[in-house]
Formats: sequence, C-alpha cells, structure tokens
Amino acid sequence: MAVLDILTLPDERLRQVSAPVTRFDAALRDFVADLEATRRAGPAAVGIAAPQVGRFERIIIVDVSGKKRVANHGYLVLVNPEITHWEGFEMGREGCLSVPDFTGNVIRATRIRLAARDPQGAELQFEMEGFEARAVQHEMDHLDGLLFVDRVVSRRTDLFQRKVYQKGGEPR
Amino acid sequence: MLTLVGEDRPGIVAKVTQALYRAGCSLGEASMIRLGGSFTIMMMVRGPQTPEGLTQVLAPAVEELGLRLHIDPVAGGLHRHLVPNVQVRVTGADRAGIVAQVTGALADAGFNILELESDVAGDPQRPVYIMSIQGYSGQTVEALQQAVAGLGAEGMRIDISPVETLIG
Repeated sequence: MAVLDILTLPDERLRQVSAPVTRFDAALRDFVADLEATRRAGPAAVGIAAPQVGRFERIIIVDVSGKKRVANHGYLVLVNPEITHWEGFEMGREGCLSVPDFTGNVIRATRIRLAARDPQGAELQFEMEGFEARAVQHEMDHLDGLLFVDRVVSRRTDLFQRKVYQKGGEPR
Repeated sequence: MLTLVGEDRPGIVAKVTQALYRAGCSLGEASMIRLGGSFTIMMMVRGPQTPEGLTQVLAPAVEELGLRLHIDPVAGGLHRHLVPNVQVRVTGADRAGIVAQVTGALADAGFNILELESDVAGDPQRPVYIMSIQGYSGQTVEALQQAVAGLGAEGMRIDISPVETLIG
C-alpha cells in the first residue's frame, strides 16, 4: 500500500470527467487499497475519489462510521456509482482534501438511492441519508470534474428553517 | 483592514478594487454586503503604502462614489481560519434586545462567534427578526441549549445544532 499524492486546486486535472471502470481485477483492488491509505493519511477525511489522486476512473471511498450519531453503512468502496433517486435538500459545511484551508456551505440532497459496483464487480444498492448521503454526493462530484467550491452558497439563501416533510409529502 | 460604506449603486466593488490593484495592493479575506440601502465592504488589503498613502490611492473612488473610508493597520494574516462547530438560529417577533440576550448567554458559556448574519423579515407592521450565527464552542450543544434555555420564554425560537464539517 502506498499513500498517493493529492491533486489540489488550481490543478486543472481535477476538472476532468472520469471514465467508468471496466476491469474489476487485482490492479483495481490494489489501487483501492492505496486510495484508502491516502484517505487515512490526511486530515480526518470521510471520503476520497480516484481523480483526487490523478486516476480518472469512477471510484470513490466513503466511510462516515467514525462520526458520532450519524447513520451509515460503514466503509464503502463504490465503483461506477449512480444516484437513482434523490429527495429533500439541506445545507451543510464542507471542505476537501483538494481545497486546503477553506470550508463553505453547500446544498445537497438529504436522501438518495444509489447503485454501484464493488471492487469485485458485484452490484450494490443503498438508501442513505444525511451526512453519508452528503459525502457520497461530494465524492461523486469529483468524478464529473466538480468541486464543492463550485456549489458554495451564502447562508443568506437558507436563513429559514426548512419545512420537514414526512413520507407522502405531508408537512409535519 | 479597510472599511468602506456608501449608498449602494453598481460599480462600487469594481472601482475600489481597480484602484487598489493599480496601486499594487493584494486583497485577502473580505466581506461585502448590502445592508439596508448601503453597500458595506470590510476587506483585508496588503500593499506597500502607509495608511495615509492608501487613503490617497482610494480618494478618487471614494469621492466619486460618496463612500466613507476607514483604515486600521492590523497584524492579522491569511490562513487563520477557525472552522465553526456550532450553528445557532434565532427567530422571533422583532424587538430590541434579542441579539444582546442571546449572544450574552452564549458568551457566558464561552461561545466564540465567527459569523453572524441577521435580517428583519415579515411585513413592516409585524416584523420578524432572524439571526444565524456560526461559531466555535468547546462545550456540547446540550450545554449551550441549557445556557439559552431561559430565553425561549421571551418569545424567541432558538435552535442550536452541531455543524459537522465534511472533509472529502
């Protein structure tokens, strides 16, 4: 395992769109191990995406299990992830290994359904919400050459508490 | 630290920053926002000039735009961000004393305000005060809620929640 170099702004390669993974082989799994070692080497990151280390393939790692009181599915390696459904939106503060010394507020979907493959190529499906859903959306943006700084909003756009909807769309 | 205030109109930021750029100044962190009918700028500027020299650099823009200028030499620098870990939202029928009471209780609990935005909404007959604070506290959210618990009865809704910054 090796800790890889992280690309940081204004490196133009971060703007590249990554390609789907087609070969689920040992080389992919070796890379995933390096990517995880890189995530753990930095400052408390809950996720990392392959293009952040200069590999332009659709691979992300997310693990929010270290956060207190956060619903989660543990350590996740998601290959070719696709969001198939999303609902709700909420603002939260984000930072990024590729954007040192800056945090900002970003609006993300509250709940998502996700389809992906694991490093062996098996199909995965998840329903997730809150912080974990935010982490997945943040990392998936990297696969399309987007950074959270492209989505930062002013708190003024969100001064009011959001209405909370129960299932079925009735205001609580 | 440069402070500029004047009646809002298009072009204030452009004219001020062009003058600074031509004089060889670099800009750092800044807050620029329209408050009421005024446009306000607070901006970190680094440059070769003395405060008096900077005043001269900005004099044409200040005069043309009718701005008020204030310059404070400060020792601050970039890359000194504190990341907030607590958010406080307050809403209530507008009246004097909301900010003083809420921030007083928070200060007593050791809460450090990093950002505060407030606004008055609603219609003019029934104004509503809305405040959003982000700050840093070494105490738990529960302890802060306890600290402001007595204020809910004063007709305010105070929501204190953790800010969990996602690094990814």
